[in-house]
Amino acid sequence: MFNLAIGLGVVLLLAILFLIFRISSLISVAKGNTNKIATSSNKINGALFMLFLIGGGFLFFWYSIKEFDNYNLPVASEHGSEYEFMFWITMAVTGVVFVLTQILLFYFSWKYQYKEDSKALFYPENNKLEVVWTFVPAVVLAILVFTGWRVWTDITAPAPENTNNIEIMGYQFAWGVRYPGLDGELGNSDYREIDATNNFGIDFNDKAAYDDFIPREMHIPKGEPVTFNIRARDVLHSVFAPHFRLKMDAVPGMPTTFTFTATKTTEEMREELNDPEFNYEIACTEICGRGHYSMKLTLIVDEPKEYREWYAEQESFLKRNPEYLTKVPNDLKEVALLKTGIDNKELD
Amino acid sequence: MSTAAEVNIDQDVHHDEHHDYEQSFISKYIFTTDHKMIGKQFLITGIMWGLIGVGMSVIFRLQLGFPEMDLGWLRPLLGGWISEQGKLDPEFYLALVTMHGTIMVFFVLTAGLSGTFSNYLIPLQIGARDMASGFMNMLSYWFFFLSSVVMMASIFIETGPAAGGWVVYPPLSALPQAIQGSGLGMTLWLVAMVFFIVSMLLGGINYITTVINLRTEGMSFSRLPLTIWAFFLTAVIGLLSFPVLFAAALLLVFDRSFGTSFYLSDIYIGGEALPNMGGSPILYQHLFWFLGHPEVYIVLLPALGITSEVIATNSRKPIFGYKAMIGSMLGITVLSFVVWAHHMFVSGLNPFLGSVFMFLTLIIAIPSAVKVFNYLTTLWKGNIIFTPATLFSIGLVSFFISGGLTGIFLGNSVIDIQLHDTYFVVAHFHLVMGSLSIFGLLAGVYHWFPKMFGRMMDEKLGHIHFWMTFIGVYMIFFPMHYIGIAGFPRRYYSWTNFDAFSSYTDLNMFVSVAAFVTVAAQFIFLFNFFYSMYRGKRAPQNPWRSNTLEWTAPIEPGHGNWPGEIPKVYRWPYDYSKPGAKEDFIPQHIPLSHTPESNLDHEVELAKKEVVDKTANAQSNA
Repeated sequence: MFNLAIGLGVVLLLAILFLIFRISSLISVAKGNTNKIATSSNKINGALFMLFLIGGGFLFFWYSIKEFDNYNLPVASEHGSEYEFMFWITMAVTGVVFVLTQILLFYFSWKYQYKEDSKALFYPENNKLEVVWTFVPAVVLAILVFTGWRVWTDITAPAPENTNNIEIMGYQFAWGVRYPGLDGELGNSDYREIDATNNFGIDFNDKAAYDDFIPREMHIPKGEPVTFNIRARDVLHSVFAPHFRLKMDAVPGMPTTFTFTATKTTEEMREELNDPEFNYEIACTEICGRGHYSMKLTLIVDEPKEYREWYAEQESFLKRNPEYLTKVPNDLKEVALLKTGIDNKELD
Repeated sequence: MSTAAEVNIDQDVHHDEHHDYEQSFISKYIFTTDHKMIGKQFLITGIMWGLIGVGMSVIFRLQLGFPEMDLGWLRPLLGGWISEQGKLDPEFYLALVTMHGTIMVFFVLTAGLSGTFSNYLIPLQIGARDMASGFMNMLSYWFFFLSSVVMMASIFIETGPAAGGWVVYPPLSALPQAIQGSGLGMTLWLVAMVFFIVSMLLGGINYITTVINLRTEGMSFSRLPLTIWAFFLTAVIGLLSFPVLFAAALLLVFDRSFGTSFYLSDIYIGGEALPNMGGSPILYQHLFWFLGHPEVYIVLLPALGITSEVIATNSRKPIFGYKAMIGSMLGITVLSFVVWAHHMFVSGLNPFLGSVFMFLTLIIAIPSAVKVFNYLTTLWKGNIIFTPATLFSIGLVSFFISGGLTGIFLGNSVIDIQLHDTYFVVAHFHLVMGSLSIFGLLAGVYHWFPKMFGRMMDEKLGHIHFWMTFIGVYMIFFPMHYIGIAGFPRRYYSWTNFDAFSSYTDLNMFVSVAAFVTVAAQFIFLFNFFYSMYRGKRAPQNPWRSNTLEWTAPIEPGHGNWPGEIPKVYRWPYDYSKPGAKEDFIPQHIPLSHTPESNLDHEVELAKKEVVDKTANAQSNA
């Protein structure tokens, strides 16, 4: 019944609108508007353009200023400030162009609206002008490209020797993290070795793999270079850590990397934002299926000292899952026991 | 008299045959070879697809703006895709996003825009009786139709349509284990795209051939309206890039169905390790974007061409920098092929390649900037009549500026690190590609409706439609920039899992409401369109007092376009408000020798040569 009433209401409304439309078009025929080159609505449209310009411009500046802290995420990495520099330089350049050209567009539209007694200026070309406004954007863009290129080579430079390698693997629908253990070297992995426990497909033929550990929480040190060794084991994913201005796709069959240095610990950030609940997050930004929107990984930035302590406490994968010792080749068993810190006694 | 007849026979024997007999319903409206009817077929099909594509966006904007809402009332339409609790299925959300993209980019903005206006306008504006091959042209539409049927069918199957994003990156699109939509839905998607590509190639070859070969006497390339230049270059881009998409799709078909490993490697999914090794998902991205980026210009250039024509006509001024406009379109055409990898800055691409593509990408901003400046100068000191088409063209230029400038952010590989695949990208391409091209399409419909249907659309409704749409589009897409700078990733069903993205629920709600209002405004257009087709005011011969040739044809041109001889062309199409002329426009078919009062210095010389032609003409007419 209620639906019927709504339906009737809509029909009635449409009928009224149609009537208004018919009457107004009949009136305009009666007035002889239809034979004019430009009707009275020409003036209204011109005025609306100015109104739009002023109103829109106001909204743009007002909202951009009011919301600045909300859309501008705090920066927590070294290259992040370079990114911000690049972003705001570009914003300044394009912002000026944006405001100027929009003003000209709407102002001209209003100012040069049809007048019966005026005639448009026959002005088909001016080579000097064309050259100027080809050349000026070219120079400005060249500057932007050059600055961008320098920052880009900086960010994508090969990782330094002393970097902290950490592996991040994307899968449907979560992230796995693996640390290289005390030897500082990530062991090999092979996707054919993956099973329910050995999520990463750690290859136990590689000595470097024995002390690798897979923690419950992800930690990284502040002030030291960290390299994410990124891979995926099913479909594409993308590691996105917005506060670090960091993003890199995770590609099955093609490991990628991203090296950065965090500049603020989680604690420092909590204080800065006055938010005791704050945590750094990693999200997935490459469509990967049903749970794409829920691929979250929390990341904790520690002071280097705390980080080392935490790091030393972690037990290797092999120690937690000693049944995988059977996969270790016989001649490497000793090494494995040594590196993982498993006692022979424990095994018996 | 006899001479005239002979001349006619020599030139037009083939076409004149069609003139006098009654066409059956089928050969006139369905399997027609008349470019005008084919253009209308593309237009109507495009509008229908537009409704579906936009309708999908309404559903996912409901989800994004009102995540708590009970969507149970949509169950009659969507059935099992709405859960018992009245929630949209997350996988179907992805399917909606995917199909919205596919439909809008290919079926609406490629087929609906360039298919409609290239077909409709090329012969009429260059002075030809029809396309070079009417039959191929008919095939082009019917392949498109076939493609539409297959794509439409995929929406209704149990596992749902393709759901891997409109770019359908493998491995997601290759593995039904990864997402339901990659089963039958994806197969149908690929089949539909193959037919679609065939259709575009048949059309494109026709457009190019027609423009090169069938221009009327005097219609040199330097006298072509900018619309035709735009359609011509669009067809060239399509012809060179669509086959690459075909290749990409074909390899994907092989990977999906025949066990090859072009794109697949090292995959463990659904509890088993797949045998595929050595493939590269990045290869697909290269192939896809080799079409995908030129595709942006395939939808952009026709809209810009239409705008050039509409703005010049209605500001009663010659387009400023005609040659520079052609030059910048040529520049865009060439450059569009060497910028594709800017979609892949963070895909694991070699950083050096990233630098190269950043450089090339930012170069393409230069011809675009030139175009904007030329539009502005064309408006300057004009005498602008705000027909609905003019309004949409001015709106288009505004989008071109707003959306183009954000491209400078995204084309910079450094800034792209943060903004890639966020709502900033969504805002960028919806303004510069989506809304701009839609505005081009709408401007074109308003401007050439009188030619298409012999009647006028209602102006007031057009104005209302424009203002609701123009403000609406900005209200939808401008806020998305803020959301994007804040890092909100695209293709997210909901953001509540993340603290970083938990703000802006209010803004998302605002965007959704703006979207609903804007969509509602499109029904004003639909009413205006269909009502005016039958009940609109009869169109005069040349309603916009325009210079181009189509307005010399009968108000409702028959098959063959001009009943008598095809008009000859004596001047460029932009002689508006020429000093000394009686009227503020001089159509292309008026000889220079008839307008001594307004001829420029170099035209005086040309007019003298012209006289020879005219006497020949006069004799034959005698």
